[in-house]
Amino acid sequence: MTTQAAVSGHEVHEEHAEPNYIAVFIYLSVLTGIELGVYAIGLPQFAKVGLLIALAWAKAVLVAMYFMHLAMERRGLWVIAITPVLLLTFLCLMLLPDLTTRMWTKFDHKIKVTNPAEMGANPVAPPPEQAPPAANN
Amino acid sequence: MSEAAAVDTHGQGAVVIDQLEPSLTPGNLGKLGMWTFLAADAMTFGAGIAAYGALRIGNPNWPSPSDYLGITTTAIMTFILICSSVTMVESLSGIQRGDQSRFRLFMALTVLGGVAFLGLQAHEWHDLLGAKGMSVKRDLFDATFFILTGFHGCHVFGGVVYNSVLLIRGLMGKLPQAKAGLVEVAGLYWHFVDLVWILIFTFIYLI
Repeated sequence: MTTQAAVSGHEVHEEHAEPNYIAVFIYLSVLTGIELGVYAIGLPQFAKVGLLIALAWAKAVLVAMYFMHLAMERRGLWVIAITPVLLLTFLCLMLLPDLTTRMWTKFDHKIKVTNPAEMGANPVAPPPEQAPPAANN
Repeated sequence: MSEAAAVDTHGQGAVVIDQLEPSLTPGNLGKLGMWTFLAADAMTFGAGIAAYGALRIGNPNWPSPSDYLGITTTAIMTFILICSSVTMVESLSGIQRGDQSRFRLFMALTVLGGVAFLGLQAHEWHDLLGAKGMSVKRDLFDATFFILTGFHGCHVFGGVVYNSVLLIRGLMGKLPQAKAGLVEVAGLYWHFVDLVWILIFTFIYLI
């Protein structure tokens, strides 16, 4: 701890100016109001989804930058903050092949269609081989 | 070892070269720890939301959220959480300036906001489980809804406990201005919970 203070002591107690929290609060409230408006008016689905996701990310960035002080922190801290965003983008991209192939075959394999009679008759598949082990001994 | 070396060179008045990796959060190591935890926590929430998205896109028979979920209560909950984020930063600003009464007032309001959020969520769940007949066992729509909002609710509960501990310490006079860093770290957690709710509100309720 002391060492660290010695190394970077000149920048430890740097008081950064407080952001205008009330302005951030007003932006967040207005963006929430716009979200509710987009939800209420009957836009086409793709426009609605696109707008809502963009508005949500705008609000999330506002919270991270000003309430969580990311805008005033060292750039190095951004590496930690941005890592989950990059990994989650990658995760979503990895899910895409599965989803797109499922969409192609959705008329062959409808997910909803399950036969209740079959499920009732055979609720849990039995283990394939339950031969008594004593037979070989 | 390198620590000792750094101290010695400094003692002799020599130029201090970067022998240690400088901290990303000088003066407050807890902040670095909290950011690291939040990055991991964000992955958990992100994986949950991504799974929800994959299940929903892959299922042509997914119901429209508006058939089940009202947004009036939820919009109020969203607003409460945003307000409690503002009271949290005001509380931090209070203790950083040594204004204990301002810290206590705004921290109490923050805790109150969290409790109000949880109360409204309990009311909403009661309605969904009772009158609307939803159940975590019924289908994937219900399961993803209760798991995601429930996991977030657990975070809010954790934040209420966390903030209450700081408030009680403050009321007992055991949180001097020098310990403002503790409030800053708690604030990071609380704002993160707010941030996640913004995304959940959009992905679960609005879209």
